[in-house]
Amino acid sequence: MIAFREVYKAFGPNRVLEGLSLEVPDGQTTVILGYSGSGKSVALKHIVGLLEPDRGAVEVDGAAVHELDRDGLAALRSRVGYVFQFAALFDSMTVAGNLALGLRRQRLADREIGERTDEALSLVGLEGTQDLYPAELSGGMRKRVGIARAIALRPRYILYDEPTTGLDPVTASVMNQLMVRTRETLGVTSVVVTHDLKSAYTVGDRIALLYRGVIRQVGTVEQIQRSHDPIVRQFIEGRPEAAADAEQAAAETAP
Amino acid sequence: MRAHGYAPSLRVRRPIWFRVRLADTLPHVPRSLTTRVSGWYAGFGRLGHFLADMARGLRDVHTWPAQTVAQLLRIGVNSVPIALFVAAFTGVVLALQASYTFTGAVPLYFVGTLVGKTIMLELGPVLTGLVLAGRVGANTAAELGTMRVTEQVDALETLAYDPFAYLVIPRVVASTVMFPVVVALAMAMGVLTGLVTAVNLLDLSTVEFVRGLKLFYQFKDIWFGLVKSMSFGFAIGVVGCMKGLAVRRGAQEVGRATTDAVVLGAKLILVLDAVWAVLLL
Ligand SMILES: Nc1ncnc2c1ncn2[C@@H]1O[C@H](COP(=O)(O)OP(=O)(O)OP(=O)(O)O)[C@@H](O)[C@H]1O
Ligand SMILES: [Mg+2]
Repeated sequence: MIAFREVYKAFGPNRVLEGLSLEVPDGQTTVILGYSGSGKSVALKHIVGLLEPDRGAVEVDGAAVHELDRDGLAALRSRVGYVFQFAALFDSMTVAGNLALGLRRQRLADREIGERTDEALSLVGLEGTQDLYPAELSGGMRKRVGIARAIALRPRYILYDEPTTGLDPVTASVMNQLMVRTRETLGVTSVVVTHDLKSAYTVGDRIALLYRGVIRQVGTVEQIQRSHDPIVRQFIEGRPEAAADAEQAAAETAP
Repeated sequence: MRAHGYAPSLRVRRPIWFRVRLADTLPHVPRSLTTRVSGWYAGFGRLGHFLADMARGLRDVHTWPAQTVAQLLRIGVNSVPIALFVAAFTGVVLALQASYTFTGAVPLYFVGTLVGKTIMLELGPVLTGLVLAGRVGANTAAELGTMRVTEQVDALETLAYDPFAYLVIPRVVASTVMFPVVVALAMAMGVLTGLVTAVNLLDLSTVEFVRGLKLFYQFKDIWFGLVKSMSFGFAIGVVGCMKGLAVRRGAQEVGRATTDAVVLGAKLILVLDAVWAVLLL
């Protein structure tokens, strides 16, 4: 299980996470919604130790990530697949090379690496792109290669940072189905960061809204859709004119 | 005390002794001086951590040797032509200047002595080193800096690789190994063009030139130059990687890291050159 326990993180004067607490139950997909710049990517990076909390802890399988030694961290990372917001493909390697790198780290045989690469690429609808370089791909294709790179590892956890942003609606649906399927067939526990509501409702078992450094509300899709919290309503209805009301309401309901 | 994983190791960490604030302990010293000195301190601390991380990465023998081969080839291919180019012209100029300086007072075959000694002891290693500080240092810093900005280093870490084993060690080892090779070629080229110049423009025969070349020659002339260039290669590799990995975001920072790597690399070469001279000559 992944659990955020009162995580604080600031970059200089910019306080991003302010006591974030959230549990991600095993075998489920938890979606983190939030405005642009609210710290979703920052939160995700804490799970694999790319960032360290100023205070609090992120626990994965009961161990605080920032307290792991190198080997422990490497072991944790080999259980987690990470889909970067901007794909973060290795531009000096082909698509196949990108997928193979993580598999080679796990000391798989070449034949198995080839099979898993082909399989993952066909799952994201990119068969035949093995020998292309990232620079030769469109933005959406790169994103899908990023997803394939994570899925090919068959990890226990997959962290998706905005997997459907920038994809056309049909491809986005395909990716949503893929995320649902990986959970069903492989029993993967996922955290999906997004502001694509359709995607959130499709893939999410639970949805959490990150607002001002804390989780404003967490619940099932129905609970979120029926929420009376003005901040949540404003977000899911996408009404900027409600912003002022919501601000005020937030000020009143804030602890 | 928190144990550090890979990612935090890429962050700027302060050395332990940095806690002694110089400005507080020495209030009468001008502040600009104290901040500069503590800046150096912090720099040394970072270097220490960096070298320690590198040493730890060496254990990962499944990762770095394979990457090193590619880097060796790359440095070789990138640097040999430019190094030979520089050395060729140096040889020509040294021969002509030697004869100009001697003005008949010194036997002309000393041209061979001067060309050989200067190329092997000083100009071969240092000029090549400075050129490669530009080539290899800039290249490394820009490449790793770009990988930081585009989160490729983060991606590497999430795939459970140690960036020191995968990126840093191969580059440092490759430049440490390749610098002496490139310098040796440059030395040969410089002596050769010196000879050709002397024969064609100075009425010196090949035999006389070689006689001069051998006159005060010691084997130390060569190994001294090669050991020096190894240290230059190590310094350039480390500086390029440090500056590159220190980039956080933005093209501008990549540009700055690249320039810094070249400037600091060049300075280190000159300092190391002097240190070697003091220690070994
Ligand atoms: N490495 C960093 N150094 C300094 N500030 C950072 C760093 N990473 C993120 N930030 C800051 O943290 C805040 C949250 O950034 P983050 O990338 O998590 O937003 P986000 O919720 O993912 O937004 P988006 O939906 O646009 O991706 C921003 O103000 C950003 O400037
Ligand atoms: Mg983000």
